Amino acid sequence: MNRLPVLRATSIEADSDINLEVNEALLNEWLIAFLRDEITRRRGFKQAVVGLSGGVDSSLVAYLLAAALGPENVIGIRMPYKSSSSDSLDHAKLVADATGINMETIEITDAVDGYLKLCQDADGRRRGNVMARTRMIILFDQSQKLGTIPVGTGNKTERLFGYFTWHADDSPPVNPLGDLYKSQVWDLASYVGVSEVIVNKPASADLVVGQTDESDFGISYPKADRILFYLLRGYSAARLCEMGFPDSEVTLVKKRLDSTHWKRHLPTTAMLSSTSINDYYLRPVDY
Amino acid sequence: MKVNAAIGQMKPYKGDYKRNLSSLGDLFEQLEEETPYPDILTLPETALSGYFLEGGVRDIAISREELFSDLLKLYRERVSRIDAVLDICLGFYELADGKYYNSALYATLTTTDTDFVKAQIVHVHRKFFLPTYGVFDEKRFVSRGRTIEAFPTRFGMAAVLICEDVWHSISATIAALQGAQTIFVISASPGRDFGGQHVGSVRRWKVLLPSIAEEHNVWVVYAGLVGFEGGKGFTGSSQVIDPWGNCLTTGSVTEECLVCATIEQEDVAIARAASPLLADLESALGDVILQLGKL
Repeated sequence: MNRLPVLRATSIEADSDINLEVNEALLNEWLIAFLRDEITRRRGFKQAVVGLSGGVDSSLVAYLLAAALGPENVIGIRMPYKSSSSDSLDHAKLVADATGINMETIEITDAVDGYLKLCQDADGRRRGNVMARTRMIILFDQSQKLGTIPVGTGNKTERLFGYFTWHADDSPPVNPLGDLYKSQVWDLASYVGVSEVIVNKPASADLVVGQTDESDFGISYPKADRILFYLLRGYSAARLCEMGFPDSEVTLVKKRLDSTHWKRHLPTTAMLSSTSINDYYLRPVDY
Repeated sequence: MKVNAAIGQMKPYKGDYKRNLSSLGDLFEQLEEETPYPDILTLPETALSGYFLEGGVRDIAISREELFSDLLKLYRERVSRIDAVLDICLGFYELADGKYYNSALYATLTTTDTDFVKAQIVHVHRKFFLPTYGVFDEKRFVSRGRTIEAFPTRFGMAAVLICEDVWHSISATIAALQGAQTIFVISASPGRDFGGQHVGSVRRWKVLLPSIAEEHNVWVVYAGLVGFEGGKGFTGSSQVIDPWGNCLTTGSVTEECLVCATIEQEDVAIARAASPLLADLESALGDVILQLGKL
């Protein structure tokens, strides 16, 4: 029997990153154009402020801002608490040195402890939120001083997981990374030249000594990103399990996603009229 | 006949009609310095207002007569040559008969009317397919156009289609069957998906536009809006495609620019002689309509 050669399409494996791959050069060019348009052209600011944590997200944003506005127009602010890792400060300085942006350091310990001494019962979550919100007070105030705006650094994975302090990390009016999964942030950060020591270290909010994002999640970023990609595309949890994703991991990711929709919205306002803002009265943010 | 086509790939200021009109005036002045002087200038969808206006459509929408009057006044103010003539095709939010539309105006502008050429509105196309999914919400704010029509211009039969109109192959087919030899496509196409060589939506346009040109052997002039609106970046990439499906020139993905190419009108006939797909469709049209009638 003469057999025809079989050319069979292969299914995408659960551990494949093919759907998360980005064209880094194209993305870099796009985000630089985004920052120029949104900060300079639309809003009329020449400078921008970014909080430098020493992590990969804020480091990448610093590189993008330096390219978009010129390093002399970017102010990176380190805002350590007394328990912050010294690596965080060192890595932030690495970024400032490499990009040529301006760097300032404003300690938040006195401000945070000034409040927390009134709240001796505050647990770790409350303390972390106070730190995050204090940092945002500083970023907005320093921006006001300079007549500009702070730029956000939150990525898509943490936004989808609700892994941020509401009206703190998410509050800067412009954010270039909010639609990039963490895996994609790592790729782009490597491409633009963020130091390997920053890209390769475990991601951490650095609110508690030894804390890492992935230990808080119970799943690694690459695994979470692959699952999130398919959930957002519209695949059911059952289909993901059929594809080879472990049921426990799909359940974990889906639960985090489904329980945090509220964090990705503005506050709920009682609608009382047919001109209710953002319900009936609709004007875009840049109108 | 050679037709010198120019595409003004503009980055409008959101909702600022006067400022954008002034930018167009600057472009009119620049065109005077271009050799050859363009015969036709194409601008993107919503070129004088920006695209994502939501309820702001009702603040910005104007009548075709008002737009034409503003364009003509601007042209006569900014262009010094007394015998200058320019056809213009651009997108705008239209107010007509108590409704709002996402429309395209095709008009002839002159510095001085003559017995041979007069300033006039030639045609208005209202967007036929209104995207209302994902980031798009057009049906909420504008009404749908009901017709796709080819129309005579100083340079032969043409048609205008707006953005999603072209994502349905039937739109260009209708225009070509009606006799269009040049199809002007204007768009405001937000970029998304960065996994490939090009931004995902650009990749799609790079398939769509040559396919239209090659299937119907028409010239395609594509004007894409550029710049960011509320984080959504439009992908520019304005281009001119010949009747064989070759892209002659392409604009930037992120920046304003003037894209120019010469349209050789006789190429339509030459291409059709070698690949008479449109004639095949015309001869089978009765049966095609019968099939459509069964739907």
